[in-house]
Amino acid sequence: MSMIKIKIDGHQVEAEEGSFVLEAARNLGIYIPTLCYYPYMTPYAACRICAVEAGDGKGWSKIVTSCNYPAWDGLEILTSTPRVMNARRVNLEMLLSRCAPVPVLQQLAEQFGIVKPRWGSGEDTCILCGLCVRVCDEVVGAHALAFGERGIYRNVVTPFGQQSDDCILCGACAKVCPTGHITMEEISNRELVHNEMTLGPNSAISLPFRQAVPNVPVINPEHCIHFNTGGCKVCSKVCPKDCINYDDTDTFEEIEIGAVIMATGFDNFDPTPMKQYGYSRYPNVITAEEFEVMNNAAGPTGGKILLENGEEPRAIAILHCIGSRDENYHKYCSRVCCMYAFKFSHLVKEKTSAEVYQLYIDIRSFGKGYEEFYQRILHEDVNVIRGKGAEIVPSGYARGSEGHLLVRCEDTLIGKWREIPVDMVILCTALEARKDAKETGRKFNISTGADGWFIEAHPKLAPVSTTTDGIYLAGACQGAKDIPDTVAQGGAAASHAMKLLCQGEILMDAACATVMEEYCSGCRICNDLCSYNAIEFLEDKKVSSINSAMCKACGTCVAACPSGAIVGKHFTDQQIFAQIEGMLS
Amino acid sequence: MSFEPKIIGFLCNWCSYTGADLAGTARMKYPPNVISIRVMCSGRVDPSFVLDAFSKGADGVLVCGCHPGDCHYVEGNYKCMRRIPLTLKILESFGIDKGRLRLEWVSASEGARFQEVIKEFTEQIRALGPLQLKEWTFEPPKESEHMIEMGRA
Repeated sequence: MSMIKIKIDGHQVEAEEGSFVLEAARNLGIYIPTLCYYPYMTPYAACRICAVEAGDGKGWSKIVTSCNYPAWDGLEILTSTPRVMNARRVNLEMLLSRCAPVPVLQQLAEQFGIVKPRWGSGEDTCILCGLCVRVCDEVVGAHALAFGERGIYRNVVTPFGQQSDDCILCGACAKVCPTGHITMEEISNRELVHNEMTLGPNSAISLPFRQAVPNVPVINPEHCIHFNTGGCKVCSKVCPKDCINYDDTDTFEEIEIGAVIMATGFDNFDPTPMKQYGYSRYPNVITAEEFEVMNNAAGPTGGKILLENGEEPRAIAILHCIGSRDENYHKYCSRVCCMYAFKFSHLVKEKTSAEVYQLYIDIRSFGKGYEEFYQRILHEDVNVIRGKGAEIVPSGYARGSEGHLLVRCEDTLIGKWREIPVDMVILCTALEARKDAKETGRKFNISTGADGWFIEAHPKLAPVSTTTDGIYLAGACQGAKDIPDTVAQGGAAASHAMKLLCQGEILMDAACATVMEEYCSGCRICNDLCSYNAIEFLEDKKVSSINSAMCKACGTCVAACPSGAIVGKHFTDQQIFAQIEGMLS
Repeated sequence: MSFEPKIIGFLCNWCSYTGADLAGTARMKYPPNVISIRVMCSGRVDPSFVLDAFSKGADGVLVCGCHPGDCHYVEGNYKCMRRIPLTLKILESFGIDKGRLRLEWVSASEGARFQEVIKEFTEQIRALGPLQLKEWTFEPPKESEHMIEMGRA
């Protein structure tokens, strides 16, 4: 493309030949109003508000739409002559006659001094700018919208006027619509994530979390338009450093290691099945994790404690033991909830003037400084009620209380049934083992207990080791625990691993199997039995031989040897026969 | 006096023995008829142990290992799983009721299950009555001096 010279309002600029006048003017900082122009889409010149006067500087001139008028050498553009203004005003007036209530048109009308359009005041809200159709075709690539009908009946429709499978619900059309004609409606069978309701939607490209390492945004292929339709790629167009890589995939790497520390953590209990609390039905019923996100200064609300409608809550109930200490879900105590619940009430008191109600079964403030904090909370005007929250219902009785909630509970200290009106409920959900803990445990040959937590080698004497050598546990994967305990266990696991690595040699168990060569017939039955490939066949001697460093002493080969030629040290046949004899005599 | 069965239990070190330990530390009550022998893996249980136990007067034999897929030694319990049906065939040929030998999976966290298994199996053996072996005795093969030496090592 060759560069040519054009003049805009007397300013000489260079532009690419064939590029559009509107862009050149915008680069100069000259304001040209438009309603149907959007970068990354072909200009359509539907609104005709961007009218300018194009001339050759020798007397010829005409009114053109700047968004799709290509620049040519010697072109002179005037953007604010009375003739231009008049053209814009008339075009705007015609749009207003069709769509009087649209705010963006009202604003422009004010600028152009139109009080009442001459040709009536239509009630439509679509100005037929075609942005939605173009974004769906050119950017998203879904082709789910088109113009239908003709003349005065022309409108934007989905195929046959029905919800289409081609629509991927990306919302791009609603985003570009200048008049608010297109909105995203809740479609009954689409499940809204609770998170989305209370804390705002996540974009398809975002930082995983603030402290993520490396601190770079990632694309969520499930929600990214490009991964759904192959179109869009807007992020790569706006990135000045060309950092967007759509082909990046997970890779597998093999690393040789000497020890493993399991620190797979925990899952949060999902309270949705507990219908009585209405989680995911009432937007102001949130989990402790969601409250923590909201409370974060870098979070979506900037650390403000807000209801779904953006108002500050007047009363908050914090329900302890949701899913823990519960016969139907987890019998164990999650250990951390009592104390974080107190922290929450402290923060609520600090940030808002809301009343706080704590509904507990038993207070477990067992750690250093914990009881003192509990006592402090009691003096902070927090209502601490002994009795588990039984039910959350919408408070429909009083006028003006729509959307607010009633928490029902039995206050066991005064022996009364209570109904507490609140705006927000925080559920202190149980810590539970990771969903795939059992599978992970199998991969590392360690076992999980009835609750799904990994089992340590000994509850008192070896709380960090596992029954498999070189694999250590740290943190909540071994059981619900708080931060200090996790840090302590993590330190212990690290030093165990370091010890193993620094020693340079490994202590072997004295128990292992050996082959008595003179009895071995060389049948090789044992060879394939060993899970550790510890048995090899000596071709020269025609006998099997066990590598004692690789043998884990399970004794499978001992039991299988038809000649009785393999001896399992510490568990020999004679020892076991003797035990049987001793027990039965 | 009522019949108190004598039962030998072979428990694998990593799951069932730990499970039995858990039942003990949790003070779970179960009949004292089962006497445990610890082996490293249920795959170590030689059919001759079972036969030896019966020949020496056991009324029942219980073999417990890790659940399939959970074996500490990857697949020792599968070996056991294949040997037990063969052992049952041998028992049958000796005229010993199949119900006197049982294979059970008990994991390290299943103290309560261990208790259940013991209770149930003891009742089963009690119902079967004392084992009566006729006219034959089973002697374990006489071991060479060398084998004894290795055994003590």
